Amino acid sequence: MCTSILELVACKGSGKSPEGWVNLTHAAISYDHPHHAMLNDAVTIDFVNKGLGAGTRVGVELDLKSAKALHKALEKVIKDVEDDVKSRPRSNDIMKAA
Amino acid sequence: MSYESMIAEMIILDGHNNDPIQAYTARPMGPGPFPGIVLIHHLPGWDEWYRETTRKFAHHGYAAISPNLYERAGEGSAEDVAAKVRAEGGVSDAQMVGDVDAAMDWLKSQQFSTGKAAVFGTCSGGRHAVIYCSKTEKADACLDLWGGRVVMAEEDLNEKLPQAPIDMTADLNCPILGLFGNEDQAPSAEQVDQHEKKLQEHGKTYEFHRYDGAGHGFFYYNRPLHRVEQCNDGWEKLFAFVKKYVG
Repeated sequence: MCTSILELVACKGSGKSPEGWVNLTHAAISYDHPHHAMLNDAVTIDFVNKGLGAGTRVGVELDLKSAKALHKALEKVIKDVEDDVKSRPRSNDIMKAA
Repeated sequence: MSYESMIAEMIILDGHNNDPIQAYTARPMGPGPFPGIVLIHHLPGWDEWYRETTRKFAHHGYAAISPNLYERAGEGSAEDVAAKVRAEGGVSDAQMVGDVDAAMDWLKSQQFSTGKAAVFGTCSGGRHAVIYCSKTEKADACLDLWGGRVVMAEEDLNEKLPQAPIDMTADLNCPILGLFGNEDQAPSAEQVDQHEKKLQEHGKTYEFHRYDGAGHGFFYYNRPLHRVEQCNDGWEKLFAFVKKYVG
């Protein structure tokens, strides 16, 4: 398949590339030919710093099933984090209780 | 058996906007003259498969050249450079035409050239071959191997890809060969039919071959997409077509 499916997301964080740890600026998510995975097509995620060379990327190639599972797991982790933050008493509440 | 030898090497071209770009060339040893092939690499980049295919054409008696359309993304392995280009939304059609034109001019200006040449491309390179052969009058045959996005929806057009190749059909300047897998989704069988209909409407010389049991990229021997029977037949059809129109 020769697609134009591509999403570019701004990212803050770090990734360990073949050049070592780098600060990330973006993640490019596409669905097209993989280079290495033995799949006809793959969801490819490349974590990059757009200011650095082509070799400083962290890339993964996943089949659709794995990508969906990853998506679900990310959503759950994010929900758990946000629920946890919401359930913690705010500092004002602690002061009132004291 | 006669002595056989070829020369394969990298050269520098003045690409689009006079940007220096590398190109890989291969041809049989000897004075020629040899008919030419310009190879437009696919979306996975200017990679080993394209080096091998450039030499394959030389093995069959052609002078072949494959320019690096991703040169401006910098140094690196083909897959890293391709990832960078992908994240940037790909190369523009105008830049591609300029780079391929530089390769075509180099090829035709060589003393070993017959002055005739085909343009070969797979995947995005197939789409690019169709565009190049519609925007210039220098190619003698167009070889479109499963080029996706020849048919494009209006919303997929942008500054880099301003016109769908199918809408350039009236300007196609040479005979076209198309090889497609019926299980491909891009181009789908329906899109191949649309392209064929458009070629018929404009009275263009074409040959389309559609393969059952094959999808996209069925020539790629190192990928699960490879289909040996369809691949072998495709190469036979391709060399016959090139022989007929290019020599």
